[in-house]
Amino acid sequence: MQRYSVQLILIALGGLITYLAYEEAIDLYIISVLMFMGVNIIMSTSLNLVNGNMGEFSCGHAGFMCVGAYVSSVLGVLLFSKNKILAAPLLNPEMAVYFFPFIIIAGGLAAALTGLLVAIPSYRTRGDYLAIITIAANYIIISAIENMNIIGGSRGFMGMKRVVNSMEDVLYLPWMVIWVFVFTIGTVWLLRRYTSSTFGKGVNAICQDEVAAEIMSVNTNKMKTITFMLSSGLAGVAGGLFAYIIGYVNPGSFNILKSTEAMVMVYLGGMGSLSGAVIAAVLFTLLTEGLRFADVLLHYLWFVPDSWHYSQVWKWVIIPLILIILMQFRPEGIMGNRELSDLFPGLKRFYKFK
Amino acid sequence: MQNTQAPSSTSVLEIRNMTQRFGGLVAVSDFSINLGKNQLYGLIGPNGAGKTTVFNLISGFYQPSQGRIFINGRPTAGLKPHKVTALGVARTFQNIRLWNDMSVLDNIRVAQHGALDYGFLQAVLRTRSYRDCEARIEKEARELLTFFELDQYANELPTNLPYGLQRKLEIVRALSEKPKLLLLDEPAAGLNSVDAIELIRLVKWIHENFDISILLIEHHMDVVMELCSQIKVIDFGQTIAEGDPEEIRNNPAVISAYLGDDTI
Repeated sequence: MQRYSVQLILIALGGLITYLAYEEAIDLYIISVLMFMGVNIIMSTSLNLVNGNMGEFSCGHAGFMCVGAYVSSVLGVLLFSKNKILAAPLLNPEMAVYFFPFIIIAGGLAAALTGLLVAIPSYRTRGDYLAIITIAANYIIISAIENMNIIGGSRGFMGMKRVVNSMEDVLYLPWMVIWVFVFTIGTVWLLRRYTSSTFGKGVNAICQDEVAAEIMSVNTNKMKTITFMLSSGLAGVAGGLFAYIIGYVNPGSFNILKSTEAMVMVYLGGMGSLSGAVIAAVLFTLLTEGLRFADVLLHYLWFVPDSWHYSQVWKWVIIPLILIILMQFRPEGIMGNRELSDLFPGLKRFYKFK
Repeated sequence: MQNTQAPSSTSVLEIRNMTQRFGGLVAVSDFSINLGKNQLYGLIGPNGAGKTTVFNLISGFYQPSQGRIFINGRPTAGLKPHKVTALGVARTFQNIRLWNDMSVLDNIRVAQHGALDYGFLQAVLRTRSYRDCEARIEKEARELLTFFELDQYANELPTNLPYGLQRKLEIVRALSEKPKLLLLDEPAAGLNSVDAIELIRLVKWIHENFDISILLIEHHMDVVMELCSQIKVIDFGQTIAEGDPEEIRNNPAVISAYLGDDTI
């Protein structure tokens, strides 16, 4: 029982959400919030691997998300939908239902390769200098895409909804809900297995003392390459899912603000804590959506004129404010560098997550 | 001339005419050493003599400006430190460098990184080779900790250990690499006299019980005199004396380097 409790709970949860979405028992808005929660979990856990476990300071995570979003969008649209570039789809649109996960993974692989843009400089620099390189990488990616007119440039790229629709035509299921759920669980599971192995603990050794790690037989360059590529690859997966949820991408939505969101989640959860990153992503999504409610509420109560819209403006007042308060009063984040099972050892009796 | 000869097959560490310059500063000059199997060799000298630089050169952290280093007969030129470690060298540091956010057991486990027979994919898929390797590493690490009477601290963080035990743990971590050559950088630094005596016993015991050569940097003359059969003294990067403890004790150059020259 203890061995399979997590799997059973996850299957039940996934089944429940899928069923509710299928029956349209819950609002489309709530479903999309749940999906963004999944994307945010992937973003925060993958960034946590670099910023928390490896102790580097990567501030360009959204850049890799952008690569994943564009590669899987363009690939999906070219293969399975009418498009401006090739006119007719390359494959039968009905095939999309089988190929969708591979399209997302392809976006992840492309993002992982882009991760080399940061991994290779990290052999020689770390700390502040590497942070600057990551910001530069973020801008390079965005600017490159803005200048590619064939995929829409700064106007953005769309058509992903048609791919999703053709998946639903084959078999009517809430496909996006299912795949976001599967990829989110897969990400957490992958990271858990990586960081709990002796191999992956080399990443923590690099964080704590890189010189000692190298002398004590850890191939630090190899570990950094694997870790950066894994982290950016997962960000790419998040980007691909994000693009298909919204059905539209433009480079502007992957700028430094998006990277900051991921960083806030990591620091909120606690550096190096996987469960902290998951909890923080859930809270952060609820908070940003809660702001929307506050906006609606304020308008409803006639506190503010109709023409004023707070949520998007105040978001960037409130998020930095959270950071300031966090750094003042709980710099280690919600969980510190501990996991849920360290805080509540009793939980270990009920689950095993490996 | 000497540089072209093949390394001697019996030596664990052979350094020929090694020189290291940092800009205009000559940190180590024309340093040569030949360490046989199971030898306990002392390297002493005043502060800033270049002792730790010699260690950093041996462990591959710096590449020497001139000269060659052989470990178990294999040249280390151009190798990254983790590759040098794989040739059979392990070392400790002057200021303890344990991984302080990891348990004592994990400190030993991660030091087996070079001996892992699985990679990223096997770790994620939890294949048989992964499980076997992890089980073996865990078993060996626990055995080693038990052997050194550190097993009761296996799940503690190193920072919670008394200073003397942290020193000991760092030596145990180095030994877990199964080296042929152990480099100890001032193992008694910061220890009180009781702990220092304990540590001398430990080093002696390791030397007797493991098939290993030890190169020891030490500040305390008495520690070195007690332990080492051969001693080399360096000052300002130059080798000023070499021999057994008795010769070193009476060597005028050593006395003047340590106590100052009386001809003002």
